[in-house]
Amino acid sequence: MNEIITLDYGSGGKKTASLIENMILPALDNEALDALLDGAVLPGAEKIVFSTDSFVISPIFFPGGDIGKLAVCGTVNDVAMAGGSARYLSLAFIIEEGFEIEKLKKIIDSIQNTANDAGVAVVTGDTKVVEKGKCDGIYINTSGIGVLRAPGLSPAAIKEGDKIIVSGTMGDHGTSILLSRYGYAGGEEVKSDCACLKRLAGGLYDLSGDLRVLRDPTRGGLATTLCEFVENTDLCICLDESRIPISKNVKSACEMLGLDPLYSANEGKLIAVVSPNAADRALSIIRSYPEGENAAIIGTVTKDHPGQTVLRTAFGGSRILTKLTGAQLPRIC
Amino acid sequence: MSLACENGILKYLFEKDGIRINFMEVCGTHTHAIARAGIKALLPDNIRLISGPGCPVCVTAQETIDAYLTLSERDDVIIATYGDMIRVPGSERGDNLARRRALGSRVAVVYSPVDAVDIAANNPDKTVVFLGVGFETTAPGTAASIGIAKERNVHNYCVYSMLKRVEPALRALLDSPDFDISGFIVPGHVAAIIGERGFDFLASEYKKPSVITGFEPEDIMGSIYSLIKQIRSGRAELENKYERLVKKEGNIAAIDAIEKYLYVRDDVWRGFSNISKAGFGIKEEYSDFDAEKRFDIKTVLKPAPAGCLCGEIIKGRKEPLDCRLFGCICTPEDPIGPCMVSGEGACSAAFKYRSLI
Amino acid sequence: MCLAVPFKIISIDGNDAVGEYEGIFRKIRVDFIKSLDIGDYVMVHAGFAIEKLDEKQALLDIEAFKELEEAFR
Repeated sequence: MNEIITLDYGSGGKKTASLIENMILPALDNEALDALLDGAVLPGAEKIVFSTDSFVISPIFFPGGDIGKLAVCGTVNDVAMAGGSARYLSLAFIIEEGFEIEKLKKIIDSIQNTANDAGVAVVTGDTKVVEKGKCDGIYINTSGIGVLRAPGLSPAAIKEGDKIIVSGTMGDHGTSILLSRYGYAGGEEVKSDCACLKRLAGGLYDLSGDLRVLRDPTRGGLATTLCEFVENTDLCICLDESRIPISKNVKSACEMLGLDPLYSANEGKLIAVVSPNAADRALSIIRSYPEGENAAIIGTVTKDHPGQTVLRTAFGGSRILTKLTGAQLPRIC
Repeated sequence: MSLACENGILKYLFEKDGIRINFMEVCGTHTHAIARAGIKALLPDNIRLISGPGCPVCVTAQETIDAYLTLSERDDVIIATYGDMIRVPGSERGDNLARRRALGSRVAVVYSPVDAVDIAANNPDKTVVFLGVGFETTAPGTAASIGIAKERNVHNYCVYSMLKRVEPALRALLDSPDFDISGFIVPGHVAAIIGERGFDFLASEYKKPSVITGFEPEDIMGSIYSLIKQIRSGRAELENKYERLVKKEGNIAAIDAIEKYLYVRDDVWRGFSNISKAGFGIKEEYSDFDAEKRFDIKTVLKPAPAGCLCGEIIKGRKEPLDCRLFGCICTPEDPIGPCMVSGEGACSAAFKYRSLI
Repeated sequence: MCLAVPFKIISIDGNDAVGEYEGIFRKIRVDFIKSLDIGDYVMVHAGFAIEKLDEKQALLDIEAFKELEEAFR
């Protein structure tokens, strides 16, 4: 049977990883790309961080944000996770004919407000329009460029004994989107957490070498990101479920639809892996920002089960977390 | 449940019974709940929880999957389904609704059959085929959706019934000579529909300790405790530990809905071939809403994929590790049989835990 | 095949109702629940209420867990 791209290739899980590993890296092979960081660290007089992301979300307006806000935050955050402070963005639209101008205006306003708030400027862009049916309303690509502030952030820097910190509640964005899609009203309580992490990440750069890696757990959620950190290494991540902050409403929504918040996307949260002696300091730095008010230390890096991510459940049992195989869907079983 | 209570129960369970005790947890949702809470890691070695045939994904016959995959090729058809079925493979490896959607089939994931009726109402030029998967918990709603469509004059809605009955499958297991299960964790929501009386036979006829169980980790732990207590005192009773929802007679209105729209028929289950009276079909008078009649669906019996032990695993007779395809050819990303497709099926669960054992 | 959560009934309109589960609202069908009142709790599976949650019994179940607790103290 011919190989085709299915939705699972875009879910951020194993199929996405295999596409990158088997097709993209071999073809485009270069040092910056091979490091597979959220943003490429490039040589120059000052080291530059450069990142790109495309946004195809549906619905385009959702509780807590819209595709425009997401397009700015997503790329600014990727630059921040790679240790850079984003300054400039490019912005490209692909718009389906028939798209309402009123909606486009709202999206552009949102981009402007978010960019201002993040201290970035959109300095170049492009717009294309395609025939009806050739895209789903509107697609956006943003690329971001900034100066490197925190060199050396990488999963390779993680050591035994390190602590895993999350900057707030997990699963908000992914859960909110699925709630909108499956016809729930009153979803105001479950909002996307779409937010810029530039300031918060900036605060953590002061930790220098004690800060091992930053990552925002978007597609695939917290669990997939952590699995990626330690797979094929001799390290293990041990998590304590009772310490992972999950809002009551997200928990309920997930129970209703049969989803797992640990695998739902986040668009305004980061994971920080820090040395054990810097953990408390890192936590207070994050909590000093409004977007980090629910931050918590959720686990430790050990060598107990090499390559695995293990969760001690709230009930006292244990469970292995693996990477997301395909996009989460509502279940009856 | 407090830690002291949990520890107390565990201490009780750990008093060596000296023999291997297998309990069957029948229902896919119990399998999920047990995995999520990590309960198996807490139990003593001699107490094992075996996943039974209660996962609708796991027991849907291959022929049925092939039939709806073929149906999805039609331009005038929208397949509406619960998310569980999207990645279930047909007899050709890699062929599932996700792949068909990528190739152009119209596939909609829904939370409820009522949503599928809505889709039909909004797409008058297409016929919506709702995949009616599930057991007695799901059957009443699926049946009622036919009435709802009729009432709303939505005639481009139909159901492909894959609905099944738990009792005949359990009887088939209990009647087989090498069935080594000491007790049952009984599905609480099926019991909510068919009542305590629907499961009386487990204790009264087969003398198996059985506990109707809810879905919180506390419920499951409490039921394991009750089952061990029964075994140690030589009792074999059906206990109802989900009284907040389960009545002796079940939900009469739900049973009425089943009886109004559906009839009992023989059914092919994966791993069992044909089981007498184990399925539900749609009654003749509602044949307009019966996908099998509307599309003249003929299922072509195909053998299970070579080497696939799903059938034996569902029966609790073999373990995932006994299957020579496990982990090398058959993996969660590329499953051969439904036990690996289901997120917490016996095989996908074993795959995740293989290094922790 | 049994994933279900308890909804509180907010409004009823024949066999249709609106239920609330921890701040989330959804339309549900209550065809199988006789004598339903606003404020009642029902267990909802795939958009249908499969049974009313007996509040008195729910409290009794909590008692049953408490008994277990006492037994193991």
